Amino acid sequence: MISAGNLEKRRSAAAARLGKHQARMGYLFVLPTMLLFLIFMVIPVGMALYLSFTNYDVLSKNDWVGLENYTRLLNDNLYWKTFVNVGFYAVVFVPFNLIISLLLAVLLNRAARGVKILRTFYYLPTLTSAVAAATVWLWMLHPEYGLVNGILSMFGIVGPAWTSQTETAMVSIILMTLWQSVGSNMIIYLAGLQGIPDYLYESARLDGASKFDCLRYITWPQLRPTTFLVSTMAIIGALQLFDQAFVLTQGGPANATKTPVYLIYQQGFNQLQMGYASAQAFVLAIAILIFSLISMRINKSEEPIL
Amino acid sequence: MSTMTTKGGPPQTGRSLSPAARRRLGGAAFYAVGILIAIVMFLPFYWSVMTSFKPDEDMFAMPIRWIPTSLTLEHYRKAFTTVPFGLYFWNSFFLAATGVVLNLFFGSLSGYAFAKLKFKGNSAMFRVLLAAMMVPGIVTMIPSVYVLRHFPLMGGNDLLGSGGMGLMNSFWGIILPGASGTFAVFFMRQFFLTLPSDMMEMARIEGCGEFRIFWNIYLPLTKPALATLGIFTFQAGWNSFLWPMIVLNDPNKATIQMGLQAFSFNFQTDYGPMMAGALVAILPILVLFLALQRYFIQGIAFSGIKG
Repeated sequence: MISAGNLEKRRSAAAARLGKHQARMGYLFVLPTMLLFLIFMVIPVGMALYLSFTNYDVLSKNDWVGLENYTRLLNDNLYWKTFVNVGFYAVVFVPFNLIISLLLAVLLNRAARGVKILRTFYYLPTLTSAVAAATVWLWMLHPEYGLVNGILSMFGIVGPAWTSQTETAMVSIILMTLWQSVGSNMIIYLAGLQGIPDYLYESARLDGASKFDCLRYITWPQLRPTTFLVSTMAIIGALQLFDQAFVLTQGGPANATKTPVYLIYQQGFNQLQMGYASAQAFVLAIAILIFSLISMRINKSEEPIL
Repeated sequence: MSTMTTKGGPPQTGRSLSPAARRRLGGAAFYAVGILIAIVMFLPFYWSVMTSFKPDEDMFAMPIRWIPTSLTLEHYRKAFTTVPFGLYFWNSFFLAATGVVLNLFFGSLSGYAFAKLKFKGNSAMFRVLLAAMMVPGIVTMIPSVYVLRHFPLMGGNDLLGSGGMGLMNSFWGIILPGASGTFAVFFMRQFFLTLPSDMMEMARIEGCGEFRIFWNIYLPLTKPALATLGIFTFQAGWNSFLWPMIVLNDPNKATIQMGLQAFSFNFQTDYGPMMAGALVAILPILVLFLALQRYFIQGIAFSGIKG
């Protein structure tokens, strides 16, 4: 006969064995992911820092040059111009993106017939790749035969040469990207709207609030987390803008639409100055990281900060 | 008919509309605005479809011809014969589909382990993965090229990773770095967390192996999550541009996005074939969306919540 204590001991030994086996399988299951993570994330991040202190050029050179790349970068007017360019882009794009997607969401946040079809239509542009969308908009914005200027001319307006004029080139990219992104932000806002409790609106209506009052004093403040999410994502996206500028304007005219990623791509892969390009990438990455951290901070402790 | 005033008195007084009439007017205004916006959003699609089927003389006509006088497939023929668009299409499809299969498998395998299995360092490893999601792609771009180029025993390389091209200019250079995306792991882990653990205990008592528990019991329960993740991965793979452009320089390995960009760069005035190419590049995602719409929407709602 087995005593109770003995049984207990045996059971815990079996549990330990099972635990060990489970742990082994756990490691095995995450192994491929962690291995790929090591090769394509940990090593590259470490190397990025190292390369930014070298004159690596793929072919022959790979020497330590100290802070040379960084001092060069400080005086590189084109590099800072690209930041000004995406800064302008963000300043125009982010508010329009917020307002349009919010209004679309408010418009479609009702149970009427056909709402689903309308949502589908608003969402369709987000499915296009940046390259395909830019190709289509290249034709839409054609100065003579394009649809945009064709419609403008119906109202007696002579449209600009959109993509080939310094003043309007970035506006062209903004127009196209707005068309491409308001649909998905609308969905995010719709999810946010559905989280606002109905009693807020009901009691406001009892107090005689107008529809605009409700939007201003209930909807907008209640959606604050969503708004922060959408705007920080848009800013981070702006800092990494590339495809649109590459296809629609090729960075031109006169570098008016050159973005940091575009410049890093050219520096690294056309001129093969990979050391210098790494330094540029590192500075850009820090800028992006700052915005990611801000967004995380605000999302976590949303009320106390603002 | 009286005009609508925003700050009228109580609805019943004098000349203002009855509630029913007002509701009907509001409904009409809603549809008018809603449909107008839908037209604006759809206009670029309409315009590019029309252009792709229009003969040249209609394309360069002013004022705008909304409906072409005749239809032609000439632009599609030209797009597919001047450059191998069919091959590009296949390359993109292969890369995107392989990305989906690998991400679904590795993402759910490690997502399951992070959610359900107990082992030392589980949460630490997961937190490192999550933190790395904040590292922007641009910072790893150049060193990743170095890593690919010096991948041991690949593409003519020796054991130390020198001598050849490594994984550069090979599909593996695109597939491997994204084969187990952190987003996939995170997404699947969140889903496995919602599933109960007692099925696991039961299966263990029955003597079922850990992999079979994952593969036969838990994985089938995650079908909706897999569908959402699969669609997102496919869309990302199909639409990606910069990384394939860096890795692949053999024209026969180009993706559809690269081919389209090169085409619109080299044949700048050939808008007909350009639109035909752009539409071909958009079509697969559009079909996928229309077939599996609800999974798309779930995915965006999720990425909105996770922040």
